[in-house]
Amino acid sequence: MILGRRGAILAGGAVLAAPVVQAQEGPIRIGEINSYSSQPAFLIPYRNAWTMAVDEVNAAGGVNGRRIETVFRDDAGRPEDAVRHAGELINNERVHLLAGGFLSNVGLAIADFANQNRRLFVASEPLTDALVWARGNRYTFRLRASTYMQCAMLVEEAAKLPARRWATVAPNYEYGQSSVRWFKELLTRAKPDVQFVAEQFPALGRIDAGATVQALAGANPEAIFNVTFAADLTNFVRQGSTRGLFDRRRVVSLLTGEPEYLDPLGDEAPENWIVTGYPWQDINTEGHRRFRDAYRARFRDHPRLGSVVAYDTVTAIATMLRRSEGTDTDRMIEAMRGLRFPSAFGETEVEFRDLDHQSTSGAYVGRTAVRSGRGVMVDWRYADGRNYLPPDDVVRGLRPQA
Amino acid sequence: MIFGVTRIVNFAHGSFYMLGAYLAWTLVTVLPRGHLGFWGGVLAAALIVGVIGVLIEVLLLRRIYKAPELFQLLATFGVVLIVQDLALLIWGPQDLLGPRAPGLRGATEVLGVRFPLYELFLIAVGPVVLGLLWLLFHRTRWGTLVRAATADREMVGALGVNQRMLFTTVFFLGSILAGLGGALQLPRESVNLQMDLAVIAEAFVVVVVGGLGSLPGAFLAAMLIGQMQAFGILIFPKITLVLAFLVMAAVLVVRPHGLLGRPPSSAHVAQAVEPPLEATPGWGRWLLLALLALAVLVPPFLGDFALIVFTEIAIMVLFAASLHFIMGPGGMASFGHAAYFGLGAYGAALLVKHFAAPMELGLVGAPFAAGLAGVVFGWFCVRLSGVYAAMLTLAFAQIAWSAAFQWVELTGGDNGILGVWPSAWAQPKLVFYYLTLALCVAATLLLRRAIFAPFGYALRAGRDSPLRAEAIGMDGFHIRWAAFTLAAVAAGIAGGLFAYSKGSVFPTYMAIPRSVDALLMVLLGGVQTVSGPIVGALAYTWIHEQLMRLFDLWRLLLGTVILLLVLFFPQGLAGVARRRG
Repeated sequence: MILGRRGAILAGGAVLAAPVVQAQEGPIRIGEINSYSSQPAFLIPYRNAWTMAVDEVNAAGGVNGRRIETVFRDDAGRPEDAVRHAGELINNERVHLLAGGFLSNVGLAIADFANQNRRLFVASEPLTDALVWARGNRYTFRLRASTYMQCAMLVEEAAKLPARRWATVAPNYEYGQSSVRWFKELLTRAKPDVQFVAEQFPALGRIDAGATVQALAGANPEAIFNVTFAADLTNFVRQGSTRGLFDRRRVVSLLTGEPEYLDPLGDEAPENWIVTGYPWQDINTEGHRRFRDAYRARFRDHPRLGSVVAYDTVTAIATMLRRSEGTDTDRMIEAMRGLRFPSAFGETEVEFRDLDHQSTSGAYVGRTAVRSGRGVMVDWRYADGRNYLPPDDVVRGLRPQA
Repeated sequence: MIFGVTRIVNFAHGSFYMLGAYLAWTLVTVLPRGHLGFWGGVLAAALIVGVIGVLIEVLLLRRIYKAPELFQLLATFGVVLIVQDLALLIWGPQDLLGPRAPGLRGATEVLGVRFPLYELFLIAVGPVVLGLLWLLFHRTRWGTLVRAATADREMVGALGVNQRMLFTTVFFLGSILAGLGGALQLPRESVNLQMDLAVIAEAFVVVVVGGLGSLPGAFLAAMLIGQMQAFGILIFPKITLVLAFLVMAAVLVVRPHGLLGRPPSSAHVAQAVEPPLEATPGWGRWLLLALLALAVLVPPFLGDFALIVFTEIAIMVLFAASLHFIMGPGGMASFGHAAYFGLGAYGAALLVKHFAAPMELGLVGAPFAAGLAGVVFGWFCVRLSGVYAAMLTLAFAQIAWSAAFQWVELTGGDNGILGVWPSAWAQPKLVFYYLTLALCVAATLLLRRAIFAPFGYALRAGRDSPLRAEAIGMDGFHIRWAAFTLAAVAAGIAGGLFAYSKGSVFPTYMAIPRSVDALLMVLLGGVQTVSGPIVGALAYTWIHEQLMRLFDLWRLLLGTVILLLVLFFPQGLAGVARRRG
């Protein structure tokens, strides 16, 4: 046992140390870090689409004659593990760039690591504004429409409602807090006479839905802004509908139209909420139809929003690599700036802005409804991300160090 | 119940709860709709969970009752990991929403507020279950035996009661109730993969606040915390994170044995007196020296990533050694040791963020911050004993964690503090590794020296025989307090180094999983050996890192490895080495 252990450590050291011999013209390697074990509902469809996109790129002859390879790592939702993986991917697996991230704090940790080690990091999902603004850096780009952008999309709709008395409910962490802050600020700017009469911040994943619903009802708002998602959302909706919280009240809700969160609700999906999301059944642009058919044919399941995020991330990376003609980090960054690529939504081309490294990827805004026993989005429209960002000089002020 | 009778800290209880919910979902959706389908499905799910509980008890826990206290915790943690991945494989990643209870779908008006019927039903279920249990415990022979075993396990055994049967049946009933609890959530909440960990911490809190082994106490505590939760959020909407732990801390400070708990009969303390610590035997010492030599000589020839892993292992060795110091010689388990690790990291990071301090200053600040917390928290914790003390450390850790999480202006909230990188001279990975190694080895040796110094002997005297130790004039309280602080300082050094090796600091550094990691390392290595934590930290960090990197189902594998280690090395890895030596 003892000898075995010592031997094992030695052997492990040797494995860890083994340099990967790599010719310049070998495959291009992407290191992908995500919280696979802690967020499987979002990330299994994500990884499916990632694999599909990489296979498509390779089947079409790769990028400049080189194949793309991905090395996946699971951070289990812990930023410190993500940083260790990033070190391993760069030093051992010799990846050329990093990608991924679901949780905001994991995204920020990898972004800071990328900045310190001068490597490109293409963040796919983390929503926090800090990733490209307050703590943005030269090496980090983000694909997904940020917290600010999604709030701005909803505020546009919320301002049209007659409601004056608003209540908010959001999970108690950075995403929930900054969503509420932006929503309040932007809505007050659009309609100075609104008041916010109650706010609730249940712990993420542990909402006491009955008490939360009662607390909101007690303030008697005319409309509610909801940021809870996943299990919290389900419990909130169930308690809220039984207790009549949503009767004669409009609800404006972030991300609720995403199939990840709408599907589990089944025929209990709330009706007539104003949401951001992804109406995968009804988007019939050419690009999306092709994407949806390919995904269904391969995985016998419909795509989720995570699938689009992954597919777009790979498309963006492949397009960037064609433009940079090499894997030198500085040249890849040059190529990322102002990069335009087609999204799986099939709408207008998405651009990675030179200004703040944020992509102009958008989201769909619409109302929820129940059709044949499942929640869907109706009356939706595509909100192009570029229309929901602050003016350039404001962004420069928000992004001090980069 | 399980806790009261078997003294097992059963992490898997949350998994039973989750399994109950998942099984109920499957049964209820498969069985025909209607009353029979629904209620039959719920009860069947609870029974199946009971059977699973019995299987785990018979196949796993029964084999390790003789192992040191808390060792079973390690086994149940293995079960948690395995169940998580199995549930993902069987039921898929998507949250599942069960049907509502037939006949109880609607709501009724109570005092002008619409109130769901099903919640009213649940409000009735609680007291009914309590009543049934009370009858069971007070009107049957079996119940009398269980109560007797809760009060004094050895005496019951000495009177010729079949303890095995008693333990198994208690485990069966406890698991059924956990499964029933999960199954009854079906009409209220979605069934998801996070249910197990969400419920387990609060279940422990309720049990401890109520007083171990006291059913009415648990009921009272659940009511108290539930009410505080419902009304607390009206005044402080953000208090949800920490409320239960604040209540627990307050209760334990005022009533050291919970609301309705009684101090354990002190005539004969259940735990056996541990043999005196031996110095590591000769060959073992050589082995450790050889390992150290390897750690010094090999790294220059390794790649950068190996250095990262080696750095992390060195830090974890110190972290585990610091926990072992209070757990082994001090005899006080800590469920919240990550607090001092995290406070060390934050101590360094805050100096960097707010005063732009260089690394050298940050590394001095780290143990200082952790030590300060150790002095304050320790003063409360070392007054208590056993599981109560451990749970109070957990409460303080959670309070510290929520402060880091919610005090956004100071700590950056859950987005953490970035840019905590070493000074220029220590930037190269090799230099930083040697710095870490030097500090960690020095601190670990210092702890070891303390164990064999008069201070350490006094500490162990206080652990094994508090009355005699006091009688010969040792001030048990101050000795334990000093030990607690010393352990906190050592954990703080580890935390500070960890912050600089990762470049950023997050509240996860002092969250429950990190405390559990530390416990696992110490238990895996063996509590009763001096070299245990070192071996445990090496093994755990290395296995964890390898599995996580190479396999998607790493939790399943890690859980299995833990179970195997538990079954074959019930004294811990280093314990085996000593026995053979």
